[in-house]
Amino acid sequence: MGEFITNLLNNTIPIELYLAVTTIVFFVGVYGFLSRKNMIMVLISIELMLNAADINFAVFNRYLYPGQLEGFYFTLFAIAIAAAEAAIAIAIIINIYRKVHTIYVDEDVSKMKY
Amino acid sequence: MLTFNYSIWILVLPAVMFLVLGLGGKYMKPVVSGVLGTITMAITTVLAYLTAYQYFFSVGKAADGTYKAIEAFNFEWLRFTDTLHIDLGMYIDAISSMMLIVITTVSLMVHIYSLGYMKGEKGFQRYYAFLSLFSFSMLGLVVATNIFQMYIFWELVGVSSFLLIGFYYTKPSAVAASKKAFIVTRFADFFFLIGILLLSYFTKTFDFGTLTAVGAPCFSSFAGASFLGISAISWTMFLIFMGGVGKSALLPFHVWLPDAMEGPTPVSALIHAATMVVAGVFLIARLFPIYLFQTPEVLHLIGYIGAITAIFAAVVACTQTDIKRVLAFSTISQIAYMITALSVSGYDGHDGLGYMASMFHLFTHAFFKALLFLGAGAIIHAVHSNEMDDMGGLWKKMPIANWTFLIACLAIAGIFPFSGFFSKDEILAAALHHDIVLFSILFIAAGLTAFYMFRLYFRIFHYENKQYHHAPHDAGPSMSIPLIFLAVVTVVAGWLIPFDTLITADGKAFESHIDPLVAGLSIGIALVGIVGAYVFYFKKNEKPDQVATSLGWFYRATHNKFYFDEIWMFATRSIIFKCVSKPMAWIDVNVIDGFMNGLAYVSHQASEAIKGFQSGRIQQYALIYLVGALVLIVTFCGWLVAFITK
Repeated sequence: MGEFITNLLNNTIPIELYLAVTTIVFFVGVYGFLSRKNMIMVLISIELMLNAADINFAVFNRYLYPGQLEGFYFTLFAIAIAAAEAAIAIAIIINIYRKVHTIYVDEDVSKMKY
Repeated sequence: MLTFNYSIWILVLPAVMFLVLGLGGKYMKPVVSGVLGTITMAITTVLAYLTAYQYFFSVGKAADGTYKAIEAFNFEWLRFTDTLHIDLGMYIDAISSMMLIVITTVSLMVHIYSLGYMKGEKGFQRYYAFLSLFSFSMLGLVVATNIFQMYIFWELVGVSSFLLIGFYYTKPSAVAASKKAFIVTRFADFFFLIGILLLSYFTKTFDFGTLTAVGAPCFSSFAGASFLGISAISWTMFLIFMGGVGKSALLPFHVWLPDAMEGPTPVSALIHAATMVVAGVFLIARLFPIYLFQTPEVLHLIGYIGAITAIFAAVVACTQTDIKRVLAFSTISQIAYMITALSVSGYDGHDGLGYMASMFHLFTHAFFKALLFLGAGAIIHAVHSNEMDDMGGLWKKMPIANWTFLIACLAIAGIFPFSGFFSKDEILAAALHHDIVLFSILFIAAGLTAFYMFRLYFRIFHYENKQYHHAPHDAGPSMSIPLIFLAVVTVVAGWLIPFDTLITADGKAFESHIDPLVAGLSIGIALVGIVGAYVFYFKKNEKPDQVATSLGWFYRATHNKFYFDEIWMFATRSIIFKCVSKPMAWIDVNVIDGFMNGLAYVSHQASEAIKGFQSGRIQQYALIYLVGALVLIVTFCGWLVAFITK
């Protein structure tokens, strides 16, 4: 564990590992977004994709431009946006539920397109 | 010098009255619309008389004593090329002045007569509106300054005739008759239009003034042009004549006229006896110098068509039993007389006797034929039938109808001193000097005319004493006054009006005189006809049936009008419909519609195929987006790799 933290702080963990993790997380999000019917799960999947992108920002900032902080700031900014977005999304979902008594996208919710 | 500025009102008044009665008629009481129409027509008549008087006696005569045409006014309506343009205007010359008188007089009489005859009919206002429309169109036709204006009004006349024949539009036979009249005349007008187009193409003008000038230079461009071995100008003039064949009901386009008797009887008097059907004669007369100088062979042909029609219609008229149909065939025969008279005319002086006689006969015929029709209308009104078999012995019950009808019959038979004698005599004299064959045909037709007219007269007024449900009696003043007026005109028109000084082919006066030989012959044959009719029909007897039986097939053929209707039916149904219309309909349905339907089918199928994409499901969109993005990335990477390794 101590070795891992040392490596972490010394940037000796190769960047590809980070990117592999974020890619996996991102596609887990994509898969969830495409396959889940429950809107809460869809929302969580979107958050996963967003998080993967956030990690990428942080990693690229650290590895490519260590002297600068824009990547970190952008990550914080995106997290804040994501929080607001999640709040709105949940509010929408609650309203839909009140209207059609379901939050499964393939059921009566599709009526909304009319 | 007075001008003809006011003459425009001759056209404007009926047109306005048509609009007023047509649009506002339903807000008026029937009698108001009738009186309004009649008063307007009366004013128009006065103006027409004024115009004619002024033309003949003060303005029209040039210094050398000839009548020159006057363009009362003229404005350009449509311009095609530098030289070719359609004008609208009023062209006043001898024959148009005469036609103005004929049309307005007969029309006014019919207006007055209809007040009584059509009383209580449904659509009374509509009837008067159509009468005004018809008067307008016919007046416009005769004062046309150019052949295209004439064509426009020509078609308007056809339309108003259609409307009036089909006036009783709930009666299927009337509807069929109106359609038949319109289609047959329209079919003939198609040739007329082609003729006009050819004429204007070669001569670069529509103007009557230019076209009918003697030795007009505009015909030089026709030189050398020919089609099927016949020169272009002959074709042109023949095609124009075809329009006249349709309107004037000459063979073989006469089939519409007998059926047109389905219309109200005053309409038959106005349109199908006195005015519209002479449009063809008027057309030939208007273009007479062209026919005479440029295409004498066509004029010759016209003469023979006319003569054959005259004798054909006279024969058929002898066997018809519907009194209006007898009169219709008599009209066909008399119109053909006028046409034939034109064909046996020269141009200068006494040579132009045929032309003068034709116009003279047109004039007298208009009045006595209108009288006959109005008289027939009064009789039909009284006995409620068109069939001769329902009539007989009416002479005591309807004295006015009896006497006026007798006068008209004497006039049409050509008995001195009634008007028909003078005009028919001139026609026969002209024919005798020109073409003995035509003369003989017309001569026999004259005898037949006397025979069938007096057959009609005796069958209606003598023959047998019928018992009627309602005792027939003379109609009221609105119907009797026109009869009496027309009878007076019929008696005096022949010797009162000096046609030979007023209306001649070249505009110069000439001295015509009654040829004692011709006059004797024509009165003789007329008397033979009358005596024949007297023997057969004065008292009911067996002779007509015996003769009919002994004539066998000839009688049957005549009674069936020589099967012309059947021939036309066969031609249209079996040949045109089957061989032309059916294949065309097939092409329309299968090829043209098929192409359009095919287009629609393809786009429908395409939209069916791709409409699944627009499902509204975000997840599906996202998947497609993802797949698309991946494909793009892979492609781009592959391209990049290939680019780098190269």
